[in-house]
Amino acid sequence: MPELFHRKLERSAIGFVLAIIAAASVGGIVEIAPLFTIDETVEEAPDMRVYTPLELAGRNIYVREGCYACHSQMIRTLRDEVERYGPYSRAVESQYDRPMLWGSKRTGPDLARVGGKYSDFWHVAHLINPRDVVPESNMPAYAFLARTELRTNDLGEHLAAQQALGVPYTDEMVANAARDAYGQAFPDSEAASGVSERYGEATSVSAFDGVATRLTEMDALVAYLQVLGRLTDAAFRDTAATEQAPDAED
Amino acid sequence: MEVNERDPVTGRETTGHEWNGIKELDTPVPRGVLMFLIVTHIWAIAWWFFVPAWPLGTTYTKGLLGVDQRTTVEERVVEGQQERSVWMTRLESESYDAILADEALMQTVRGTGRQLFGDNCAACHGRDGRGRAGYPDLTDDDWLWGGGPELIEQTLRYGINTAHPDTRIAQMPAFGRDGMLERDQVRSVAAYVYSLSNPDYSTDENLERIEAGRDVFATTCAACHGENAEGKLEIGAPNLTDARWVYGGDLQTIIASVHGGRQGHMPTWDERMTDAEIRTLALYVHDLGTGQP
Repeated sequence: MPELFHRKLERSAIGFVLAIIAAASVGGIVEIAPLFTIDETVEEAPDMRVYTPLELAGRNIYVREGCYACHSQMIRTLRDEVERYGPYSRAVESQYDRPMLWGSKRTGPDLARVGGKYSDFWHVAHLINPRDVVPESNMPAYAFLARTELRTNDLGEHLAAQQALGVPYTDEMVANAARDAYGQAFPDSEAASGVSERYGEATSVSAFDGVATRLTEMDALVAYLQVLGRLTDAAFRDTAATEQAPDAED
Repeated sequence: MEVNERDPVTGRETTGHEWNGIKELDTPVPRGVLMFLIVTHIWAIAWWFFVPAWPLGTTYTKGLLGVDQRTTVEERVVEGQQERSVWMTRLESESYDAILADEALMQTVRGTGRQLFGDNCAACHGRDGRGRAGYPDLTDDDWLWGGGPELIEQTLRYGINTAHPDTRIAQMPAFGRDGMLERDQVRSVAAYVYSLSNPDYSTDENLERIEAGRDVFATTCAACHGENAEGKLEIGAPNLTDARWVYGGDLQTIIASVHGGRQGHMPTWDERMTDAEIRTLALYVHDLGTGQP
């Protein structure tokens, strides 16, 4: 008799409190419990590198400007997405994304593998005025990024915060954060060599906004966009990457 | 507190709670709603057995239906490849000449190529392939690296000025900014180059400057652009005598190009696309133009 059961439960104060706690914690448990075994469930990508200070600064700008509201960074396990954007996103690919920017809505296209798809020059032109390069675009213009100096004095603290969260930044990286940010955007400067030393030869060192005299927010954002999907090639190495013909994998 | 008190009007029991003489009826949940709840609960519990549901530490209950999104998408992608394989394999293996001669296959190339172009190339070169300042027009017969399908394939595959080891490299130095030419020389050589495609500019007034520019061109520019400034396809040096320009052909833009140099960037698509896709695009772009080699 459900009525009797309910009446009984309702009249036992302790029992009812326990029942409420049990019911209310279901939502928490399903979100928290998988984190206990995250080390065993997420793929490994030993080749994965961390974001450079400049890319991290670009990522912060991406968050600040709310890019995630219109762009996802998550290629789902659907044929049309895999055929258009490339291999579906693996968990490991966003292991250094704190917070993650998978997003839940696409007004613009997915950006999970946009790195390297277009030139820096294109990204700058597109961010200054999207209509100049994509006439039908309804993306806002971000021309002010090219006019805004990048704040670098707190970059070390950003790296230290990520380090505290478990991202494997070395103390050397934290100490040289601002210097590396300059180095990555000024290929001819002395600081440039430190970037590839600390973050790997494959790190793109370039005058992202086309002006190698000023370090702007445009440099940072373009550096970030150009590394999306390129921190590791785990998704391509995976046997699951069937969309890659075998002879195209070398 | 009388629990089993019945309300005389409705005949239902009350909860026994009373506020200022008003008693709350203990009306049960409507049967329809209750049934709906029960059915959905049964459905949910049954579904636990059929599809992946419960995490078990390092693994999870796989479910009787064996549904796995990763294998599902792989199968779908393979299905798609099989649907396309009739012409994909031909595009992959047959020679460009054979494909170009097959009108039916070229129709497929035009359809598929248009999609691939729209998704990957249109952002820079425009949906119609006409390009814009900084991005070459692909519909004309004026090519930087050659318009044959093989040459286009190489450009597509390895890009221009990319990090790929086989990249095409074309670097127009910053003659003015890096101090290789004096300010005046930059202006003269720009005037000379401008005059090549604008004969009207060669007036008596400008003649001295143009002649000075001709000398500068012969010593500085001819190595790449050729003695008669018609460019060299092998090294991606543009023809400067025609009316087609990548960055713009007005005097001011030419001065800017000579002063600051130009290092255009075409991404590498080798890892991003399959062989068949690259070959389809090479044919599509070749077909966009006037088909000149």
